[in-house]
Amino acid sequence: MPDTQALVNDFLNKLKKRKIEGSQATAKQTAELLRSVISQTRVPYTNQAAALIQSVKAVGEGLIAANPVELAVGNVVRRVLHIIREEDLSLTTAAMAGLNLSAVSDDEDDVDGDNQPVLSAAAIAAASRSTLRPPSLQTLLEDVPDSAAVPHTSSSGGDSEGKSKSADKSSRSRKLKHDVIEAVNELIQDINTCHEQIAEQAVEHIHQNEVILTLGSSRTVLEFLCAAKEKKRSFRVFVAEGAPRYQGHLLAKELVTRGLQTTLITDSAIFAMISRVNMVIVGAHAVMANGGVIAPVGLNMVALAAQKHAVPFVVLAGSHKLCPLYPHHPEVLLNELRSPSELLDFGEFSDCLDFGSGIGAPLLHVVNPTFDYVPPKLVSLFITDTGGHNPSYIAEIYQLFVMSLRGEDMKFKSEIMKTNCIAGGNLVKS
Amino acid sequence: MGAQKKGATARVSEDPEELARNPLQAILLADSFATTFRPITLERPKVLLPLVNIPMIDYTLAWLESAGVEEVFVFCCAHSKQVIDYLESSQWSSQPNFSVATIESHNSISAGDALRLIYERNVIHGDFVLISGDTVSNMLLTQALQEHKERKKKDANAIMTMVVKQSKPSPITQQSRLGTDELFMAINPVTKQLLCYEDKAEYSKGFISLDKTLIADNPSIILHNDKQDCYIDICSQEVLSLFTDNFDYQHLRRHFVKGLLVDDIMGYKIFTHEIHSSYAARIDNFRSYDTISKDIIQRWTYPFVPDVLCGSTAIKVERQGTYRASDVTLSRSAHVGSFTFIGQGTKIGNDTKISHSVVGKGCTIGSNVTIEGSYIWNNVTIEDGCQLRNAIVCDGVIMKSGAVLQPGVILSFKVVVGHQFVVPAYSKVSLLQQPTQQDSDEELEYADSTSGTGELQSEKLNGDIAPDLSETASELGTGGVGYIWSVFEGVQDEEWRHSVAPIPTDKLVKLMLDEDEEQLTQDGNVLSASGELKADSDDNGSEDENNEDSRDDYVFFEKEVEATFLRAVHENVKVDHAVLEVNALRLSYNMASVDCAGAIFYSMMKLAVESPHSSASELLKNAAEMITKWQKLLKSFLHDIDEEIEVILKFEEMCLESAKEFAALFPQVLHLLYDKEILQEDAILRWADEKEGADESDKVFLKRSEKFIQWLKEAEEEEDDD
Repeated sequence: MPDTQALVNDFLNKLKKRKIEGSQATAKQTAELLRSVISQTRVPYTNQAAALIQSVKAVGEGLIAANPVELAVGNVVRRVLHIIREEDLSLTTAAMAGLNLSAVSDDEDDVDGDNQPVLSAAAIAAASRSTLRPPSLQTLLEDVPDSAAVPHTSSSGGDSEGKSKSADKSSRSRKLKHDVIEAVNELIQDINTCHEQIAEQAVEHIHQNEVILTLGSSRTVLEFLCAAKEKKRSFRVFVAEGAPRYQGHLLAKELVTRGLQTTLITDSAIFAMISRVNMVIVGAHAVMANGGVIAPVGLNMVALAAQKHAVPFVVLAGSHKLCPLYPHHPEVLLNELRSPSELLDFGEFSDCLDFGSGIGAPLLHVVNPTFDYVPPKLVSLFITDTGGHNPSYIAEIYQLFVMSLRGEDMKFKSEIMKTNCIAGGNLVKS
Repeated sequence: MGAQKKGATARVSEDPEELARNPLQAILLADSFATTFRPITLERPKVLLPLVNIPMIDYTLAWLESAGVEEVFVFCCAHSKQVIDYLESSQWSSQPNFSVATIESHNSISAGDALRLIYERNVIHGDFVLISGDTVSNMLLTQALQEHKERKKKDANAIMTMVVKQSKPSPITQQSRLGTDELFMAINPVTKQLLCYEDKAEYSKGFISLDKTLIADNPSIILHNDKQDCYIDICSQEVLSLFTDNFDYQHLRRHFVKGLLVDDIMGYKIFTHEIHSSYAARIDNFRSYDTISKDIIQRWTYPFVPDVLCGSTAIKVERQGTYRASDVTLSRSAHVGSFTFIGQGTKIGNDTKISHSVVGKGCTIGSNVTIEGSYIWNNVTIEDGCQLRNAIVCDGVIMKSGAVLQPGVILSFKVVVGHQFVVPAYSKVSLLQQPTQQDSDEELEYADSTSGTGELQSEKLNGDIAPDLSETASELGTGGVGYIWSVFEGVQDEEWRHSVAPIPTDKLVKLMLDEDEEQLTQDGNVLSASGELKADSDDNGSEDENNEDSRDDYVFFEKEVEATFLRAVHENVKVDHAVLEVNALRLSYNMASVDCAGAIFYSMMKLAVESPHSSASELLKNAAEMITKWQKLLKSFLHDIDEEIEVILKFEEMCLESAKEFAALFPQVLHLLYDKEILQEDAILRWADEKEGADESDKVFLKRSEKFIQWLKEAEEEEDDD
C-alpha cells in the first residue's frame, strides 16, 4: 500500500512541522487518514479485527509520536480502535446468533456450503462470555488485558477457534471492513458537526442581557455565541485579545460582523472586568480524565479570576477533545514552547542576545508556552456535544458517551505517557 | 500553514502554467569554500557538523522542504562522499514532493565554480533559492518569492532578491553577534533596491564611499549598518549565466554582488527582502556556531528545534530550556543547568555541573566535571575532575582526569588530552598535522587541501596514531594524542573575535580605551586601495562622521602620503610637485609639517626595505640612494629641530615594528642623515638627551648609536674649543 504510506508520511510531516493547527482539523484529518489506512489494509481470512487493529496501531503510534502535544490525534486513534472492536463484537454476536440458528436447522443455513462448522457448546459459551461482556468499570479496571479474548476466544476451545472464524470468512471479511469504515465515517461526521451540536445548547446557558467573557479565539465559542444570538438572545461579549497571538482580535471582528455587541480588552484587564461578567465561556485544547483542561495560555488566569468573583467558568469541548489520560506534570510535558519571535522583534533585541560579549550566556530568556493547565476545581461546567457535565464526572462521561475504555487501548497510549512521566519524575528528583 | 496555503493558491491563480512547468528549485552549497572551521573540517565537511546535535544540513533541508521547495541540488565538493552517503541514508532521500539530488565536484574552489558547473548541467529551469548548507532559518519564502516574481515581471534586470534581517552590531567590537564584520548596506527604502554592499573587512573603518550617480538617481537612500546578511538569495536563472560569463567571479558577495552593483553597463539590479519575525542566520565561524546554537536552544528557530525535529518523545524540553533525551543516565547529585542539551545514552557522574552547553549522544562524563558554554559532540569521554569552558569537543575525544580546556579551545576528532593537562585558550588541536601555510588566500587553501584529504586522512588516522604517541606526548600531556596547531602570524590578535568563547572583558575594555590599536591591525590589509578611496569619498561627502579620532586621521594621512610618494617615485614626478601635493594633503588633513616629515621618511624607508636586497649593506645602499634622491622633499618639511627629532623617533619606531631589518643599521642611517645635512647635530644630541631618561628597553638604539653620538659630541667640543 504505497499510496497510504505516502499519505501517512505526509501527515506525519505536517504534524511534526506543526503545520496543522486546531484540534478539530487535526482530529478530522487523523480520522480520514485512518479510514484510508483501514480501507487499504489487506485483511486475512482469519483474525481480521486483529489485523486492522494492528495496522491502525502501527500508524497511530507514529502519529502520536509526531506531535504528542496534540492530544486529539491519540483520541481519534483510540476511537477508531474502539470502533473496530465494537464492530467485530457485534459481528461475532451476530455470527453467534447465526450459529445458534444453524444448530437448530442444520441443513437450511448452508450458505457457505462445505465447511460448515460444528461448534462445541463449551466454545460457544467461552466466546459469548468474552465477547458479550458489557463495557463496565470492572472491565476497565481489570488488569488482565482482554485483548486476546476476542481473537483467541479461549485456549480450551483450540480447534473451534479456527472453525468459528472460517465459518463467516467470506461474509464477515468484507462486512467487518465495510462496517468499520462506515463507523469511521460517522466519527468524521461527528467531528464535523460537533460545533453545531454544542451550539444547539447555547440558549440554555446564555440568558438575556448577560455579559460573557472569552479569551483568544475558538471556533466552538464563536458558533456557540452566534447560535445564542440567532435565537434572539441579546447579550454582550468581552473578548480578551489572547497575547501573544492576538487571536481575540479575529474573534472580535467575526463577532461584530455577526452583529454581536463586542468589547475587546487586554488580557491584563481581565481581573478588572470580571466583576461585571456573568459567565466565562472558553474553548479548550484537550480535556483530561480528571476534568483538568489543557487550554490556550492565559486561561488559568481567567479561571482564577472567575473563581474569585464566583463567575461560572464554562469550557466548550467537542468529544474528540476528551482524553482518557491523566495529566502528569502538565505545564511541561503537555506543553509546546513556541518561538519567542511571537513576543518580540528579534532585530530590536539583537543586542541583548549578543553572546559574544559579557558572560557568554543570554541574560534575556523569552518563554512562549502555548498552553495553560486549568485544574478541574476551577471549571464549573463542560459542554460537549453530548450535553453539559460537571468536571468530576468527565471520566464517566467518557465511558458512557464517547466510548467504553478498554484496557489495551489505554495501555497503548499510556506507554508513551509512562516514558514521559519517568522523564518528568527524574527532573523533579534531580 | 494558513499563510503557506494562501500563498500557494495565490501563485497558482496568478500564473498557473509557469508554476506547473517549474517546481521551485534550490541550490544548496554543501561546502563553505572557507577554512574557518579548521581543523574540524579536515575530517568532516562543515555541513555535517552537529548543531545542537543535528547536522547543520538537516536544518537547511528541513527549512527548504517546509518553505515549499520541491527540488534541491546539493553541491558537494570537499568530502563529497561523506555528504552523499549521509544524504542517501537520511530521511531526505525518500521524501514525497521533495527531491534531493547531489552534484559532485572535485575541483571547484569557490561558490563561483560551483554555480558555473551547475549551469553546465542545465538543471535549473526557473527562479531558484541559493543557500549554503550551514544556514538555519524558519522564514516563509512565499512573500519574498512573490515580490521577486513581480519585480522580475516589471523589470527583467531584477535578477536577485537578498534576504536581510535586522541585527545590531556591537558598538565596541564593530562586529555582529554572529562574529562577522560590520556590514554596510545602502538600500533604497521605497524600491528596496540594494545600492551598496560593504563589509568592513574590505574597507578600512571610518568611511565608505557611495557613487555620486546613486544619490542622483535615488530620491532617498538609507545606509544601514544594522542589517545582517542571511545568505539566502532568491535568484533568477540569469544569475547562473552571469557567473559563466564572468569567469572571475568566485565569492558570492565579494565578487558577484559587488560586481553587479558596480557594473552599470548591464544594469542588473539586486533587491532586498527584510524579514522581521522569522529567523535566518548562517554559520560562518565559531562565534556564529555558538550564537546560533543558543538561538536554537532558545527556540528562535521554531519549529526547527531539536525536540520537534527529532520527535518529542525522544527529546523533551524541560523548565529553563533544558533539553533532555529519554535515556540519559544522570547522577542524583549532578546538576544540569539552564539552556543545556543532553543527548541520548549519555551518562553523567556525581556532582558534575553542566550549563549553557550541548552534550551529544553516548558521552560519558565523570564526577566533579564542570562544563560551561561548551559543545560536546558524540561519544566523548570526559574523566573525573575535568573543566571545560567555552570549548568545542568533537566526536571520540578522550579527556583524561583533571584536564582543563580554557575558553575557545577546539578539540578535533579523537584527540586525547593527557592527565591534568591544561589546553591553553584559543588553541586548536587535531590528530592531523597543520598543513604548511604556503597559501594565504583562504578560499584556495581550503579547496587545495580537501581534494585529497578523504583518503589521506583515513590513512593517517589508522596508521599514524600509534607511532605519534611518543612524539606528541609532550604536546598534550602524558598519554595525550594530537597536535596543537599554531596560529597564523597576525591572526593571533583576532582569534578572540571568532572563537566560541565570549569576548574577554579585558579585551573589551582595551578596545573601548584605545580603538586605534584595532585600527592599526585593520589597516594593515588595505594599503594600496586607500588612495583612490579617499578621493572618492571626498567627492561625495559621505564620510562616516563618528570616527574623528586624530590618531585615526594620522594613520590615513600617513597612507595618503605614502601613496603620493610612491607615485612620485614611479612616475618621476618632480620634487617640487611632490612637495606641493604633500602640502595639499597636510592642509586637508589639518596636520603639522612634523607629521609630513615623519610620514615621508616612513614612506622612503619602507620603499627601501621593500626594494630587493640580499644583505644589510645592500639595504643600506638602497636607503642611501633613496635619501640622496629625495632629500629635497624631506628637507622642505624640516624647518626646525623638533621636526628633525620627529624623524629620528619615527625611524626608531620603524626599526622596532615594521622594518626590523633596519634595526642593525640604525647608527649608519643616522650618520647618513647627518651627512646629507637632513639632521643637524643639535637634533641628534637633543634626541640622545631625551632618551637618556627613558626605560631600558627604549634605549636599545641609543646604545647602538652611542659611538656616533660620542663622536658628534667630541666634534662639537672641538668646535667650541676652536
